[in-house]
Amino acid sequence: MDFDLLIKYGPKLLSGLLVTLQLVSTSIVLGAIISLPIALMRLSKNRIINGIAYSYVYFFRGSPLLAQLFLIYYGAGQMRPLLQDMGIWWMFREAYYCAIFVFTLNTAAYQAEILRGSIQSVDKGQWEAAQTMGMKYWPTFFKIIMPQALISSLRPYGNEIILMIKGSAIASVVTIFDLMGETKLAFSRTFDFQVFLWAAVLYLVMVETLRITWEKMERRLTRHLRQVSDQ
Amino acid sequence: MKLFRTIAIAGLALAALTGAAMADITKVRIGTEGAYPPFNYLDSAGKLQGFDIDIAKALCAEMKVECTFVAQDWDGIIPALLAKKYDAIIASMSITAERKKKVDFTDKYYTTPAKFVVPKDSKITDVSAAAMKGKTIGAQSSTIHANFLNDLYKDSSIKLYGTQDEANADLAAGRLDAILADSAILLEWMKKGDGLCCKFVGPDFNDVKYFGEGAGIAVRKGEDELREKFNKAIAAILANGVYEKINKKYFPFSVY
Repeated sequence: MDFDLLIKYGPKLLSGLLVTLQLVSTSIVLGAIISLPIALMRLSKNRIINGIAYSYVYFFRGSPLLAQLFLIYYGAGQMRPLLQDMGIWWMFREAYYCAIFVFTLNTAAYQAEILRGSIQSVDKGQWEAAQTMGMKYWPTFFKIIMPQALISSLRPYGNEIILMIKGSAIASVVTIFDLMGETKLAFSRTFDFQVFLWAAVLYLVMVETLRITWEKMERRLTRHLRQVSDQ
Repeated sequence: MKLFRTIAIAGLALAALTGAAMADITKVRIGTEGAYPPFNYLDSAGKLQGFDIDIAKALCAEMKVECTFVAQDWDGIIPALLAKKYDAIIASMSITAERKKKVDFTDKYYTTPAKFVVPKDSKITDVSAAAMKGKTIGAQSSTIHANFLNDLYKDSSIKLYGTQDEANADLAAGRLDAILADSAILLEWMKKGDGLCCKFVGPDFNDVKYFGEGAGIAVRKGEDELREKFNKAIAAILANGVYEKINKKYFPFSVY
């Protein structure tokens, strides 16, 4: 234990932690919004619509996040005149926005697959029952199918957030001082491996907090599915 | 128990072997970055080239030892030396007080000042900390330049990159107002391609407190025999003209 190290770099690590949390939460929320239409496209019977969504998911799940970030960040740098003409260079100029952009597209692909799988896992009888009650397609989808699908997708969603928290460390390679960026900076000044240990502890705390919250949430949301004797 | 004994004997044998090797150095593993042209870089065939590499080869020939090279990311270059992944760092590493706490250095084998570079159409003429307030400045992480900026340019936004090439690319892309780096590196970069975007501005920076006494060879603390061997070899190639020949191959001016 080296308390000087903690006093000097502890606050910096915590400010990096804040950046990590911002990056991850923004990307997860934006990604969730984008993932719904993609999941619906994936469920479509139209081969072209399905194909577009499939290619999107295939690309973002099939290539490394690091490569995607490099492609957008340094690629955008090379296409600056074009992006300036389009008036969107302000966004690609900032490493932070580039990271949010890439993380959002990436997590949207994963979330779309989670959503698609859980929608498909809802029993066909639920659709048929709604139909016999005279419900139309969209009300059935949003009021009967989605709530059940979301319950079964809760756990994979939790996993996806955990993967994003850890994956977000990649942002440090494009000059963002997230938790990993601050850690590397502290290490470069001290050459003390302890800072990596502290960073690992902070990542662990984030993941563990999420895990416990998720477990509580799942217990509460699925209480109607349990036998009386289980409770 | 037999297994333990075997391991113990193997360990002893290994210790004896390395002990013997210590007595007379015949093989030296050299760590370098491979992303810092023209000092050290990978050519199109993936082989290490550059001023540092040529100097290293000349020193090894002078010391009559067999040298092998290891390319290692800059951020981890000192930790990997301490972890014995190689025995010496020849990678344009500046001799600074901060680094001396962790490793020992030979005498310097070259010195070039640090300078700021800005885009050609930039209005920046004064590069003092006060004048650079609010500007975005880039540098390679874990370098003297990064430390200098972090300590003295507190009102500027400092961006740090894994390699110098990435910082250069971002200056050319317009994400940075300026970069601070070694002048010889920047000179090479500004000769062609992206680098044509930009120009030097401001004075040479060579304050010993931040920029050190020049680039030296780093070895683990206590490896005095190896360090002395390098020192003698550096003096020898400076005296016999080998150094000058390598210098001329890369730079039109003396870098010593």
